[in-house]
Amino acid sequence: MTEYAPHLDTNTIVNFGLLAMLLAVLVAIVRTRSLLAAVLLMGIYSLISAVWFVVLDAADVAFTEAVVGAGVSTAFLLGAILLTRTESLTKRWQDMVMPGLVCVGAGVLLFYAALDLPLFGDPSAPANAHVGRFYIEETKNDVGVPNIVTAVLASYRGFDTLGETIVVFAGGIGVALMLGFGERSMGDLPPALRSPVMEALAESDHHVVLRSVAKLLIPIIALYAFYVQFHGEVGAGGGFQAGVIFAVAVILHALIFGLADTMDAIPPELARAFAALGVLLYSGVGVINMINGGNFLDYDHLFPLAFEAGLPGSHLSGGYHHWGQHFGIIIIELGVLFTVAATMIAMFYAFAGRAADVVGEGARG
Amino acid sequence: MSSFVGYANYFAVIILMMGGLYVIFSTSNLIKRMIGLSILQTSVGLFYITTSKVFGGTVPILIDEDDPARAELASRLDPAYFESAAYDGVVYSNPLPHVLILTAIVVGVATLAVGLAIAVRVREAYGTVEREEIERKDRIRHAHESYEDELDETEASEADA
Repeated sequence: MTEYAPHLDTNTIVNFGLLAMLLAVLVAIVRTRSLLAAVLLMGIYSLISAVWFVVLDAADVAFTEAVVGAGVSTAFLLGAILLTRTESLTKRWQDMVMPGLVCVGAGVLLFYAALDLPLFGDPSAPANAHVGRFYIEETKNDVGVPNIVTAVLASYRGFDTLGETIVVFAGGIGVALMLGFGERSMGDLPPALRSPVMEALAESDHHVVLRSVAKLLIPIIALYAFYVQFHGEVGAGGGFQAGVIFAVAVILHALIFGLADTMDAIPPELARAFAALGVLLYSGVGVINMINGGNFLDYDHLFPLAFEAGLPGSHLSGGYHHWGQHFGIIIIELGVLFTVAATMIAMFYAFAGRAADVVGEGARG
Repeated sequence: MSSFVGYANYFAVIILMMGGLYVIFSTSNLIKRMIGLSILQTSVGLFYITTSKVFGGTVPILIDEDDPARAELASRLDPAYFESAAYDGVVYSNPLPHVLILTAIVVGVATLAVGLAIAVRVREAYGTVEREEIERKDRIRHAHESYEDELDETEASEADA
């Protein structure tokens, strides 16, 4: 094999441009004292890195970063600064010296270490030559879906993804334990108290344009989530992205029509139930495989042998009809969708439910 | 020139990482710290994706045998390089780091939410999210408590006497 030498193509130049933008945003985040500005800059940072991911061929990651980083986490951060404060203290320059020195020192060491890394874009780099190469070469035979990322995520490393789904679920439980399920919000006010509050809100409504646009957009966003979900095997997308997009539709509804209306449409109990249901669905698929004589999450054993033999195309050699793999991936992605969407909604309810309290405090004070 | 192109991405990502770390270290505001943590996390993602890029490669979604895009993608590359990097007539970037970072991002927002929830509870307990103010209030309360303990002890010893 010839020695690899990187050279400048359009892709690489765009990549450098985006990195420069990231650095500029970082400087702005470090310098600003306004937390609101920092949160919005964080959203911009995520959006630029999403574009950068596209330039470096990571379409699925870009998708996730765009909806999660620029969408949901901005909403969470805004909720948190609403509940805490919007300005950080001014620092004396003496307090900045030590952290600065530590970071510069660590940075210099990492620069030195980076010189031992393989060159950018090298196809024979250890990361790209061994296991990554294996997935590219074997996905067609083993799993039979075009999107290699989905194949690795849902099938080869399904166990790993189960763990991550459970972490998201556990995060949701953690937030709910600390902030409640949003039951302090107006959604759970007794009806007698609630209607005057809602009427007062409706009277002070300046957001006619927003409401009309949102009414059009929200169903389309929700529909798009399902497109991303079921298209995830063929193109970029999957349960994680779809779940977050669906949650974004619900959050948008809550921001524009008020939390109480949203909680009528999707009650907190429903979100809780679906978060658990997703994890159950995912691990249930694994258990079915075990009952049928395979390993945990080995979708080749999803159907009993006699049933699989009767399915069209299952006799084909070369493995171009993987019924077990296809159904396994669809079901576990559905489990991921349920857990991620429900957890994000429950977390938003938790933050927004507290906000009603704080706003009430402000009105009294 | 080629060594600059080969390492510039790593250097930029390291600066971003250290910037995130600096935000965590230098600010006493808990929310701003969570923002720093997010920057650090995203930068680690950038690092992984940098290693996954294969020069002249495309998104790791298998392209149909009869897709005209195949010829176009191949024509951009030097034949000798193409031979060494291609699988089945197309150069794909490495999918594995994509999977790792995709799930890490979603887990990252879950942990971010947990961290923010803690900050909200800290604000409810202390009335502030600035580390120094929290420490000061803690010191005052400790001093108060130990003073009360001392009072209790003196009362007890007086009662003994």
